[in-house]
This record gives sequence, structure tokens and C-alpha cells, in this order.
Amino acid sequence: MQETELRALKTKVVDARGTSCPGPLLETKKAIVGLPVGGVLETLSSDEGTKADIPMWAKKTGQEFLGILGESGYDRIFVRRLK
Amino acid sequence: MTEKMALVLFSGSVDKLLAGGIMAGGAVAMDMEVDIFVTFWGLVAFRKDQVNVNQRMSKEFEDMAPALLQAMQAKHYPSWIDTFRKIRSMGQVRIHLCSMTMDMMGWKKEDFVDIVDDVIGVGSFIEMAKEAKVSLFL
Repeated sequence: MQETELRALKTKVVDARGTSCPGPLLETKKAIVGLPVGGVLETLSSDEGTKADIPMWAKKTGQEFLGILGESGYDRIFVRRLK
Repeated sequence: MTEKMALVLFSGSVDKLLAGGIMAGGAVAMDMEVDIFVTFWGLVAFRKDQVNVNQRMSKEFEDMAPALLQAMQAKHYPSWIDTFRKIRSMGQVRIHLCSMTMDMMGWKKEDFVDIVDDVIGVGSFIEMAKEAKVSLFL
């Protein structure tokens, strides 16, 4: 997704900033089940490795990785629940 | 069928236990089941009377141990045992104690923290590890 599309998304935010790998990934896994199918989860992470891990996780678990927005000191990582 | 990871925790040093918890956590996040076989010095770390006092670190990096402990404290990093507690509550994580070491040292299951599942022999663990796609030894 383009940056403007990501910015316009209505999301549920899980703030995992300050937690180390695999903290943000585990928080994402925990939070996604609280969303309706089709809903978008936005994970806030300050862990560098999570940028690579969440797309991999989404592929493995059948969710849709939408993209990443880099902010100052952290990333916003977007995933749509597909199942 | 669910994918599995098999992990041997031989070491009871905090740095290796932390690494074990992180890798098992990664497996849980990736929807894998995890079987952990705790043996030799690993068992020491899981004892009720050691779990909160054991601060042993890998001998070869002894000089850096204070820096690691300090960084963990400063960043409010969870302890290795809290990491295991958390991932066990989130997924299929089974912690098995090695019957051979237990027998040799005269230890009982009651001597260990409440998150251990059972006491098994190495044959059972090898059967579990045979099914695992990822096997690690720490």
C-alpha cells in the first residue's frame, strides 16, 4: 500500500514500543485475534528486526501485510486480518 | 499438522536461558509448538531455590556479564523465567525435565518451578525432536 493509503486506514493500535524481539511480534499475534476479519492491526515497534519479522509472520499465518510507515524512533506496521 | 521446534537447555547460565526463551518465543509467534528438554545445568536454573538467585553467565564472557545485567535492568528487559512463563501462556510450549539428571542428583519434580510439565527420559525427547523442523541445543 502507498503511504497515503496507510495513513488513511482505520486501525486498532498495539503499542509494543520499548519491548525487545520477539516482543512486538508476540503482541501482534495476541492482538490480531481481537480484530474482526478484514480489520487492520497497527503495531508500533522500536525493534529493528520486527520490520522483517511481521511480514514473514503474516505470510506464515495467512494474514495480509500492508506496509510500514517509519516514524522518528519507531515503525508503524500494518497487517489486515484475513482469517 | 502443526510444525514443531525442539530445544535442549543444557546450560543453566542466564544469557543462554534468555536466548532460549527468545527463540522459543519466536517459534510460538510463528505458530509452532515447542518441546523443551531441560537437562544437566539447565535443571539447576529451573529449581525453585535457584530461579530467582541464579545469576551465572557464560564463563567465556564473564567480563561482559555486569554490562549485560545492567542493560537488562535499564531497559526493563523481562527475566528469562518471565519470558518462558509468557510464551507458555501464549502457545503450545511444553517443558520437560530430564529424568537421568534428576535421578543422579536426587531431585524431585516438586523442587522445580510451576511451569514445568513433566519428567521424561531422553528416548521420549528424541521421539519429539524427530518430528521437529527446528532443533536447537543451548
